[in-house]
Amino acid sequence: MNVVVCVKQIPDPADPGALDPNTKTLKRDGKLILDESDSYGVEMALQLVDAAGGGEVTLVSMAPNGETAGLRTALAMGAAKAVLVSDDALQGSDALGTSKVLAKAIERAGQADLILTATESSDGYTGTVPEQIAELLSLPSVTFAKSITVDGSSVKVQRQTESGYDDVECPLPAVVSVTAGVVEPRYPSFKGIMAAKSKPVDQVGLGDLGVDAGSVGWAGAGQEIVEIATAEARAASTVVEDDGEAFQKIVDMLAELKIV
Amino acid sequence: MLTFTEEHEMFRTTVRDVVRNEIDPHCDEWEHTGDFPAHQLFKRLGDLGLIGVEYDAEMGGGAADHVYTMILGEEMGRCASLGVAMAFAVQTDMATPSLHEFGSPELKEQFLRPAIAGDMVTSVAVSEPDAGSDVAALRTRAVRDGDEWVINGSKMWITNGTQADWLCLLCRTSDEGGYRGMSQIVVPTSTPGFTVSRKLDKLGMRASDTAELVFEDVRVPVANTIGEIGRGFQQQMSQFQNERMIASYQMVGAIELALERTAAYLQERQAFGAPLAANQYLQYELADVAADLDMLRHHNWAAVAKYQRGEDMTREATVAKLKAARIARRMADLAVQFHGGMGYVEENWPARFFRDTRLWSIGGGADEVMLRTLARMNGILPG
Repeated sequence: MNVVVCVKQIPDPADPGALDPNTKTLKRDGKLILDESDSYGVEMALQLVDAAGGGEVTLVSMAPNGETAGLRTALAMGAAKAVLVSDDALQGSDALGTSKVLAKAIERAGQADLILTATESSDGYTGTVPEQIAELLSLPSVTFAKSITVDGSSVKVQRQTESGYDDVECPLPAVVSVTAGVVEPRYPSFKGIMAAKSKPVDQVGLGDLGVDAGSVGWAGAGQEIVEIATAEARAASTVVEDDGEAFQKIVDMLAELKIV
Repeated sequence: MLTFTEEHEMFRTTVRDVVRNEIDPHCDEWEHTGDFPAHQLFKRLGDLGLIGVEYDAEMGGGAADHVYTMILGEEMGRCASLGVAMAFAVQTDMATPSLHEFGSPELKEQFLRPAIAGDMVTSVAVSEPDAGSDVAALRTRAVRDGDEWVINGSKMWITNGTQADWLCLLCRTSDEGGYRGMSQIVVPTSTPGFTVSRKLDKLGMRASDTAELVFEDVRVPVANTIGEIGRGFQQQMSQFQNERMIASYQMVGAIELALERTAAYLQERQAFGAPLAANQYLQYELADVAADLDMLRHHNWAAVAKYQRGEDMTREATVAKLKAARIARRMADLAVQFHGGMGYVEENWPARFFRDTRLWSIGGGADEVMLRTLARMNGILPG
């Protein structure tokens, strides 16, 4: 079974990020790392390929400056190869522009039985790319998977809901978004790290994919960031004085937050 | 100046994540019980390829450059228990280098391969009750009987001693005195006549088991000799270079983390209406340690470069071991002092760090032995 995983390379969350005041977008000119949200999809894909007894995991990514550091991490985990789209014209791409590029990159990656994504990236948070990719590829889309099993030509998914999960089954190929924390991503082992050096990364531009530069990037963006502002400082905590009934107030607060 | 590749950085991330997620959460318990599950942990670390990163690929090693060993040491030094970090370093850089360098193919197959895989736990048995840093004074003796050595004696302060599957033993194999007539022998701990006479209760490094070992007519094949019979002292001196450098690499990570944590605490802790970090004295003391750390790190880099060129690095390893331990001890003292009462209680990290770092001025060659070596190298000893 061949699984394609969409992975994003993002600025290291451990370093303070910065917004470009001119473009109002996140600066991405430094070192990028694998988005932790995507490590779950990579792990899930590796487990599915293992369970199937054959096949391979291919990564697709879109990043500036031909950045591969994050991809190498996923390759060191065990993915076989990657397609990286890097093109100056991609700067300013919105979620739909990104989806158009990733859909073409997935087609370039070869025949896929299953396409996995995170539910959303850790730096953009639009949460719309997986469904758009599915639409562009005319494939079924299943979101918020907490468990995936492949049975012949169909995929069975436990789809996370607020109150539990739904059992969903759909034919392959399909696009499935994976929630964070459902599997334990493996560490890149020493041998995996060394092997990743020689794994192929197919670096392509928009022309290679047949994507019109005017349909992506700033030129094709259907959305505009009109203003950025500093987030409000976090409000002070609520102190509940225990008058013998504090537990009830806390339970009520948790209920209001839908935690209990 | 060393060049770090993308692979080096990825390796650093893997080791840091493993330490933080798989070792640190258990350290409080292991410190309390006085040991840690070496077989279980080393197997996990072996599976990740963290044992024998420089050893031959045909033995299961990584065949990598020495920078990986330095990174491994630095990141293990950030472990919540320096005892666990030290015990692991015994496996990677203290008990196995001689076997890798000088051992016969058969001996490596039997003992090095499983050690690299994490299937066997190892110890290096050099020190004795009357011969610690003065290695030439050791008395444990192996007498040849046909194709076997018959070993009698005792060893002291042996890390991993209660859990080891085999020892890299240094003992006398002839009547020549002093540095001559010693050999390194692999001794399986399942051999009749070998006993762990007691587990030692230490000031620090408490998660790491340390033992006194007794050998009573322990018979092992002469084929278990590592390298050349009678060259044990020289081989062990070479192995000590690895031991001293891994100690220095670990101290870089340990000091770095202690600096980060102490600085963060000083920002957070309020006294007299301002963060403690507002006090210039505290700022300057930590800045001074930071400067020492920079120098230690760069010294290590120079040592790594020399090691990779295959040059003798006795002086570099001696300086590294001496200064790393002393800077770590100073950092530990400041960490306790600047945390005040919070640093003196066992529930906070400085207390353990204070106890653990103290070892490195004693173990692996005491400060005084390092100084004596440097005095000799610098022509300071009386003629």
